[in-house]
Amino acid sequence: MITTANRLDHFLARWGVNRMGHRVEPGLYRLGNPTPASPVFASANYTLSFDALRSALTGFDAYILVLDTKGINVWCAAGKGSFGTEELIHRIETACLTDVVSHRRIIVPQLGAPGISWMEVLHRSGFRIEFGPVRAADLPEYMNTLTATPAMRTVQFPLRDRIVLIPVELVQVLPWAVVATLVVGVFLNWMIAAQLLTAVLAGTVLFPALLPYIPTKDFSTKGLLLGALVMVPFVWLGRAAGMTPWMQAGYAITSLLFFPPITAFLALNFTGATTFTSRTGVRKEIFTYIRVMAGMLVTGIVLAVLLFVVRAGWGG
Amino acid sequence: MIIFNSYQKNTLNLDPTRCINCGICQTVCPHAVFGAGDNVAVLASPESCIECGACMKNCPVRAITVESGVGCAEAMIRQAITGSKTATCGCGGDGEASSCCCSGDEK
Repeated sequence: MITTANRLDHFLARWGVNRMGHRVEPGLYRLGNPTPASPVFASANYTLSFDALRSALTGFDAYILVLDTKGINVWCAAGKGSFGTEELIHRIETACLTDVVSHRRIIVPQLGAPGISWMEVLHRSGFRIEFGPVRAADLPEYMNTLTATPAMRTVQFPLRDRIVLIPVELVQVLPWAVVATLVVGVFLNWMIAAQLLTAVLAGTVLFPALLPYIPTKDFSTKGLLLGALVMVPFVWLGRAAGMTPWMQAGYAITSLLFFPPITAFLALNFTGATTFTSRTGVRKEIFTYIRVMAGMLVTGIVLAVLLFVVRAGWGG
Repeated sequence: MIIFNSYQKNTLNLDPTRCINCGICQTVCPHAVFGAGDNVAVLASPESCIECGACMKNCPVRAITVESGVGCAEAMIRQAITGSKTATCGCGGDGEASSCCCSGDEK
């Protein structure tokens, strides 16, 4: 059963509290009243993974073999190899699984496949791997039909999955962003401070939510577009603040050079949290855009200094 | 959109002369990159490949090669700065926290 304590643990995990501490003790677990003929499911020792599995299997009699993935979810652990062939064989042996069950099948989540070779597990342990659906929620249907539909086999990245990632992104950058905002506000200008905070929030909150709707495929260009868009109200406000046309233009250009790269950099870093970026593609993005972002940022600073000098000169 | 798309090419390669059409690549791929052909598997959507390596790891005749790794800018930038050989998510070791990839909970 998923208890209130479990739900609190899930909530804290989402906010990045005690990041690596959401663990289940590795080993073999009994769900319901399993018999030697009951199915065996492999899982990671991350509470969100383990609880997703056992809540999907409510009402089933089964065994859950929890691998030691250091508190990391199945997919990421598979990518690192900790949800892997060696660990699975090790857990089969230490749990004496051959004595517990009469069959020789283990249902492994499909996203564990980057770490687990079915040939090697079969060869060394005698157990045959069945790759189950991507999402634990599809398991009841899978157990009925014993086949996974193409939809069950593919990874999506819907709004809900993107929204739940926002808190952990926010928790990481917000303390820095708040300090920077206060420093800029106190020593420089509160308008610029507000722009800075807006650029950061655009990259961490708006970007994950709006990801599929922002034009272009590259995360960097998506971030630059979004970053420019959120600067528009400030440019408009600057116009209302009674600047000369030249100052307005200078302020607008400076804002559009300096702040969008901040949003874009945060957007680029979101690639790691998504389900569809390849290493080759991300590497290409880094090589293409990091220098563009840096160039925009530096040009923006130079322009800002020039504007400041010009205005001071006219004022005096 | 063709421009501003860094994700059109990747390192996935399928050798049709080795393929025995067992279908495991279609089973393990989370992005439906492979399709069932008449005699051998076909690349139905190669540009969708995220280089996770699941197909290569489970192909019984080694017909598939791909340079697998994490598609995470944060990890790669950190790798470039620290000069370490492999890019791994910060979520790998105990203690260090990073948003990189470990936020997902797909099962």
